[in-house]
Amino acid sequence: MIPAAFDYAVAESAEQAVSLLGEHGDEAKLMAGGHSLIPMMKFRLATPTMVVDVGRIDDLRYINVGSEVVSIGALTRHAELEHSTALAESCPLLAHVASKVGDPQVRHKGTLGGTLAHADPASDLPAAVLALGGTIVATGPGGVREIAAVDFFTGYFESVLADDEMITEVRVPVSTGGWSFQKFNRRAQDWAIVGVAVAESGKGVSLINMGSIPLRAGAVEAAVAGGASPAEAAALAAEGTSAPSDLNAAADYREHLARVLTERALSAAS
Amino acid sequence: MQVGMTVNGEAHEADAEPRTLLVHHIREAVGLTGTNIGCDTSSCGACTIHIDGEPVKSCTMLAVQANGADITTIEGMAADDGTLHPMQQAFMENHGLQCGYCTPGMVMAATSLLQENPSPTEAEVRQGLEGNLCRCTGYHNIVKAVLAAAEGE
Repeated sequence: MIPAAFDYAVAESAEQAVSLLGEHGDEAKLMAGGHSLIPMMKFRLATPTMVVDVGRIDDLRYINVGSEVVSIGALTRHAELEHSTALAESCPLLAHVASKVGDPQVRHKGTLGGTLAHADPASDLPAAVLALGGTIVATGPGGVREIAAVDFFTGYFESVLADDEMITEVRVPVSTGGWSFQKFNRRAQDWAIVGVAVAESGKGVSLINMGSIPLRAGAVEAAVAGGASPAEAAALAAEGTSAPSDLNAAADYREHLARVLTERALSAAS
Repeated sequence: MQVGMTVNGEAHEADAEPRTLLVHHIREAVGLTGTNIGCDTSSCGACTIHIDGEPVKSCTMLAVQANGADITTIEGMAADDGTLHPMQQAFMENHGLQCGYCTPGMVMAATSLLQENPSPTEAEVRQGLEGNLCRCTGYHNIVKAVLAAAEGE
């Protein structure tokens, strides 16, 4: 399978990428690792006429651990998150979830900013950033803005990111409280049929593939805050969700999985 | 556009359309057909090569993305005199292949695995090769080969 023809430009900086996006409008696409975009282009589900390669902006590959916040460059690869000792100590949930994405080859190309911008509700890392209460930093022609992860996703593969904006940094709080990540899939490298990420012993709980966007499980979080047991809180996991039905699972089975996985995750994280 | 890369230690320059996939470029422009195309959807790992020392699926990368990169393919693993790479030798001695189609990708992924973790457990080898599929279901001997290569090093 070969993508439809397109023009290609390498951006040396975020500013240059943003200006190229401005020039080419919504026909242009940013490419970081390309491991979500290229398959879509091969299937002709995406046919951008201009691909702006941001994968060489090495200035945006870093993990800076502060006293309260971990700042991660948008082009940091999953493999770098997975193997970072500093991240394992300051935010083990994020490092662990990075190690569960796809397979080693995919993790050497995929980037944190890329997976967030792609906004696939079945992806692992957006849910982790959501459970942690992270912040997404976007650079556009007017400068830089910060977007709370909970406000970032708007629909299936859609976010509040404008056509001429690029994610440049992701911030998550230092988080060493009880955490767990539960991913249910049939084969090792598959996307989650349902997944659950729990941060800070249940203060943050998020669900993968239970709707058109990665979801915070608000009812579960409220129950945990009110002193409910993992079983009691997990019983509410499907509240407010709109799970899809597909080849892998019907909606009611996904709801069942969400409850089971949430109980496991809360128990492991408490 | 003009794309330059070092493949198995040799500089190579050729023209490539932006949409040319790296695996096609390696097979057709560079002329090295050891890297196989299997699923073509970044699942099976048959097209795994090393780019700047890291394992990557070359069916999910554009040739232009590899402009300036240092690439190793299965053809670059054996020594100049034909002596097999220890991983290739281990695959041979442990019957780590049946039809052989997944083998180039398996060898490249397994070599990277040992670079990151020189003494893996059997479970770690299985986990580390999750990006490579063998449709002959020959995983048992592939895992044996990787463990043997790890012991030999």
